Amino acid sequence: MLISMYRTQQYYHHKEIDKAFHSHAKDGVASVNRKPGTREIKIVRKVLDANDAIAQQNRKLFAEKGVFVLNVMSSPGSGKTAILEKTLLNIMPEINSAVIVGDICTSNDADRLSGSGVPVVQINTDAFGGDCHLTAHVIETAAGNFELDDIDLLIVENLGNLVCPAEFDIGENLRVVVLSVTEGEDKPVKYPLMFRVCEATLLNKIDLLPHLDYDRQAAVKNILQVNPGMRVFEISAKTEEGFDSWIGWLKQNILKS
Amino acid sequence: MHEMGIAMEIIDIAIASIPADLKDVRVERINLKVGKLTAVVPESLRFCFRIAAKDTPLCHADLNIEEVPIVARCMDCNNEWTISQPVFKCRQCNSGSIEITSGRELDINSIEITEKGAQHADKHV
Repeated sequence: MLISMYRTQQYYHHKEIDKAFHSHAKDGVASVNRKPGTREIKIVRKVLDANDAIAQQNRKLFAEKGVFVLNVMSSPGSGKTAILEKTLLNIMPEINSAVIVGDICTSNDADRLSGSGVPVVQINTDAFGGDCHLTAHVIETAAGNFELDDIDLLIVENLGNLVCPAEFDIGENLRVVVLSVTEGEDKPVKYPLMFRVCEATLLNKIDLLPHLDYDRQAAVKNILQVNPGMRVFEISAKTEEGFDSWIGWLKQNILKS
Repeated sequence: MHEMGIAMEIIDIAIASIPADLKDVRVERINLKVGKLTAVVPESLRFCFRIAAKDTPLCHADLNIEEVPIVARCMDCNNEWTISQPVFKCRQCNSGSIEITSGRELDINSIEITEKGAQHADKHV
């Protein structure tokens, strides 16, 4: 994993997950179906306990520092970076922001976002076999690059992937998923976990609708079928159509936290 | 896609669970619960586990994966049902206010081990 800090260029080392998170095993009663000649040791733990424990630490730290954390997820190419560029323009300087960008390779997104004048940390996961999501300890390390006392909003642009990031708590306050109208209307029902764990969908690129055979009603119906409580914002990062409602809702969430 | 990281976590937890006083332990089986709403493909997990478990006490272990169905409960009418299609609304009253009571599990329940010493002792009983 390579983490590069824009403006200050600091490098941080990968931090080993604290072995203290591993609980002690207890001897248990043998199960009926166990293999002959074996002894069963009961564990009963969540496999992602280590990640969840760090996520809780992150959440506590961010709450103490008054930082609201937004986790933005989507498939590759749906327009996350463009949305964030425009979002930052709309909320700065009222809301002091910082961004953590996750990609397998390149610093292209961080280069674009640092143009907004906010501190940006790029995480490249390629050194770890190209991890397809950000984990809590990566966020913990990356957050060490910022002066958290000066930040109101930390935006995490997760890796382009509708599967894996949904599984990993990073200590965020709010999760949103971006779905663009150049993707299929059925993405929510194909990737239900992602649409279950998010509080809002940004249906992006609606400026392209006149050129597409896209059924936006079907898309919204599919989103609400998977998550009936989901907020849906139809937006265009290009024209900024729909941005008033999206920005208003984001600010409301930051204020009430 | 992220099954390798999960396989490595399973291995860490399983190794940490082997009591320190046991010598020459071989883990024969790992019993897992994986919910259907969890973004884990059992076959990919087995594949990654075989690679990641090489040169560990788990290298011969089987992954016994119990898949857990998605069960929901309606907060309005208390109806409980199993979700097999991606429709998260109450089948009885159409309410969207539901609670997922199972289906998100990714748990390691137990490991089954053999000890060289223990096997030897059994033969003499």
